[in-house]
Amino acid sequence: MAPFNEKTAPHDTGLIKKLTKVALLIRRNSLIMTTKAASGHPGGSLSCSDILAAIYFHQLRHDPKNPTWEGRDRFILSKGHAAPALYAALAEAGYFPTEELWSLRKIGSMLQGHPDMKKTPGIDASTGTLGQGLSIGVGMALAFKLDGKTNRVYVLLGDGELDEGQVWEAAMAAAHYKIDNLVAIVDYNRQQLSGCTDRIMNLEPIADKWRAFGWHVMEIDGHQMKQILDSLDEAEKVKGKPTVIIAHTVKGKGVSIIENSFLKGECKFHGTPLSESELAKALEELHE
Amino acid sequence: MSERLAATRDAYGETLVGLGRMNKNIVVLDADLSPSTKTNLFAKEFPDRFFDVGIAEANLISVAAGLASVGKIAFASTFSVFGVEKGLNQFKQSVAYPNINVKLVTTHGGISVGEDGSSHFCIEDIAIMRSLPNVTVIIPADAIETKVATKAIAEYHGPVFMRLSRPKTPLIYDEGYRYQDRDLNFKIGKSVTLRDGNDVTILATGLMVAESLQAANDLAKEGIAAGVINIHTIKPIDREAILQAALSTGALVTVEEHNIIGGLGGAVAEVLVEEAPVPMIRVGIRDTYGESGPWRELFAKYGLTSSDVAKAVKEVLKRKIKWR
Repeated sequence: MAPFNEKTAPHDTGLIKKLTKVALLIRRNSLIMTTKAASGHPGGSLSCSDILAAIYFHQLRHDPKNPTWEGRDRFILSKGHAAPALYAALAEAGYFPTEELWSLRKIGSMLQGHPDMKKTPGIDASTGTLGQGLSIGVGMALAFKLDGKTNRVYVLLGDGELDEGQVWEAAMAAAHYKIDNLVAIVDYNRQQLSGCTDRIMNLEPIADKWRAFGWHVMEIDGHQMKQILDSLDEAEKVKGKPTVIIAHTVKGKGVSIIENSFLKGECKFHGTPLSESELAKALEELHE
Repeated sequence: MSERLAATRDAYGETLVGLGRMNKNIVVLDADLSPSTKTNLFAKEFPDRFFDVGIAEANLISVAAGLASVGKIAFASTFSVFGVEKGLNQFKQSVAYPNINVKLVTTHGGISVGEDGSSHFCIEDIAIMRSLPNVTVIIPADAIETKVATKAIAEYHGPVFMRLSRPKTPLIYDEGYRYQDRDLNFKIGKSVTLRDGNDVTILATGLMVAESLQAANDLAKEGIAAGVINIHTIKPIDREAILQAALSTGALVTVEEHNIIGGLGGAVAEVLVEEAPVPMIRVGIRDTYGESGPWRELFAKYGLTSSDVAKAVKEVLKRKIKWR
């Protein structure tokens, strides 16, 4: 089975342009979805849109026409509240029609408030209660290694999520078992539900923490597509230990209403969608 | 009943090894308690398929979920109090909700843990686990039943909680999987009638099945005919057998090494109150915490002996109404 993506493509301007365009679409659809649903998490969806574009449209071996293909890599959105961005990526990849996006959070919808592996094609783990995705990824990666398979596992973590002790249980285990087919990506937008991470629960020195736990650590600008791609490539070359990519991001990236709101110390757009008029303004900003 | 003794945890550990030989998809996880849960036997023979996550129960459950979600049959073991209570949200979210093929098999259920005391007891696990949709809850009555139950849950696809015990306890079944003239014939969700009796039926689970058989023997000497049913599967509960017992004997006693709230007694009461409200009495730990001590002495102090069962039978008989 041929993988869906073009992993062999060089990180040239053509690829970066393509992925940047996808990221823009993810942002637009994340905002439209949450406004239509009148609930959901726009801020953290926008901070990880570039990462999701790189994952689903370049890095991951997967096949949207065959969502249960055993040879696929696995992606776990451990920060499950960014589901709108994930759904937008999956729809664009072809797992389901774009029209499904507008049913987000509505009764009977395949698109639950948080990712659901039983209801949505393309979802590899049910998440939403923070702290569990990295452990699930460790289990998957162990199984692939045990069977001598080359599948890789990617886990996207929130920064606030790192407050959960279980993340560090998993971090310790991944290094202990020398799991090098696992990549964690931290969406380090420095905001959690009720305030900035520095104030609610300081994560620094974040890179040193992961290093001390035995991980290969990279720090990138999570909105620079080339940096995202290069770091994912580097992760594949790391042997004998797991890799974490700390992606410095901006909560609400690309939409001034949301970015400025967080700059002012408001936490409104963590879990509140834009109003219709705010959405109209935001969509004007989200153009090539 | 024989005086042969064996621990259910030993039977579990030995059976896992056999299963591991037959099926290379079986993996086993533990949280630094493998010498106690007996998963160390599997670890010794299949080191590549054994994962100790250290003292980290949340990770234990979610890692098991990850392994199972890509095709492994994952057995995760620790003590009941840690596995059920420290890994509960993980079990609900990453195992029960998505219906993942993880078997949480805990040892050291109830208060028969003994000297370690209340911090290591678990008298809430049955209530907690049976309240989770998709989860099958099993408590074998002895080491022999543990062997067949372990095989059965390996073959069954879906989340299972199986609760085992620390001490060596009387064997009910013989090596031919029979109790007197009755075949064990283990089927998930189907109880086993071990003794017939027209006056009252005792529904028991786990270690309390042996106590209940002893009680029925003692009661027979006083002219009371008590039937005994081994409810090895708490969920899905064997409604048919419970209703049959209620209708034929008109009075029930439930017996469990668990809080009287929410466990076997709760499950049976739920069936009765909707379909056949006959008098019943719950024998169990009376909504209190335990303490350190030899487990037989704890059973006596907390009302879990055959004489407590017999006392409950006599009490329920006073309340019995004809139900025909």
